[in-house]
Amino acid sequence: MPSKKDLLDLQFIDVRHKLIDVAAFLDRIDRHSGEEDYRFTALKNALPILLTARPDRARAVLESFSDHSTAVPLSAAFQGASGAVDASI
Amino acid sequence: MRYIEPHGHMVSRTTDDYEKLALSGCEAICEPAFWAGFDRSSAAGFYDYFRQLTEYEPKRAAKYGIKHYSWLCINPKEADDPGFAREVMSIIPQFLDCPTVLGIGEIGLNKSTRNELAIFEEHVQLALDRDLPILIHTPHLEDKLKGTRLILDSLASFSKLDRGKVIIDHVEEHTISLVLDAGFWAGMTLYPESKCSPHRAIDLLEIYGSERLWMNSACDWGHSDPLAVPRCALEMKKRHHSAEDIEQVIFQNPRRFLSQSPRFAS
Repeated sequence: MPSKKDLLDLQFIDVRHKLIDVAAFLDRIDRHSGEEDYRFTALKNALPILLTARPDRARAVLESFSDHSTAVPLSAAFQGASGAVDASI
Repeated sequence: MRYIEPHGHMVSRTTDDYEKLALSGCEAICEPAFWAGFDRSSAAGFYDYFRQLTEYEPKRAAKYGIKHYSWLCINPKEADDPGFAREVMSIIPQFLDCPTVLGIGEIGLNKSTRNELAIFEEHVQLALDRDLPILIHTPHLEDKLKGTRLILDSLASFSKLDRGKVIIDHVEEHTISLVLDAGFWAGMTLYPESKCSPHRAIDLLEIYGSERLWMNSACDWGHSDPLAVPRCALEMKKRHHSAEDIEQVIFQNPRRFLSQSPRFAS
């Protein structure tokens, strides 16, 4: 298996790029007019997970975006998925 | 390098993609029935689709030396209309004896409704009656966790189900252990924006082992990459995985699972 240094050599620049993209997205939303919605709230709720000292941050982020309801409706109001739970639906 | 693409929607891809797959070492591709991006207006639309899967695509793939197999069902999105779904299901049996049909799939859930669950369970029963393998789709994004749990709860009610003949696809970090711990196979889908990236799929292989895992591109009409599996194999190589370990995941594992259908030969 590769060492920490091996992985940093392989992937640091790519992950740095992705992190800056996240920061720029937050700036972009702030800069523009209109209202934020549940997706932006979900994104901000997930960010603190990145700085926690746990071995399964990816799992925790996915769980934070997940629908944890237990109700099973007869049929669906719509077909798609947006990536975060809209509590108003 | 040789590999099997165990989940690709080739009806949505160009012939150029078949050539790229062949050039990258793809020996066989398996195509589950799925949603076309819009709801069909009649069961006859599915009859034509099943003909495309069982007659036309195997010939198109054969021109590039690739074996093409299919799985049949009505997909979870269109299964939310149970009357329509049962009409489609009534025409499936006439295709199940086609020489390249492996089993029932990709069934599952989309928005986790009671209608979807009823049709899912009728498909599982059809597979049991015919002793066929099953390929299961888990929902997208925020719906995946809830849907995966419901699917597992539902499958637990089928006492005669051989869990080794069922693969639950599109697992991610928050669902993989649920699937593997229950004794099923798990599929990791390599997508550019959703599901797993190559890096994350390799993480899951390192954490959970490769005993009952495969990876696929699930390439379709959306943002997807038909070469995702060989690209991930390259990333595995960069992360010091041996050639034997890579072959295990991208060729031997899908072959082992798919060979449970006597029609699969690769």
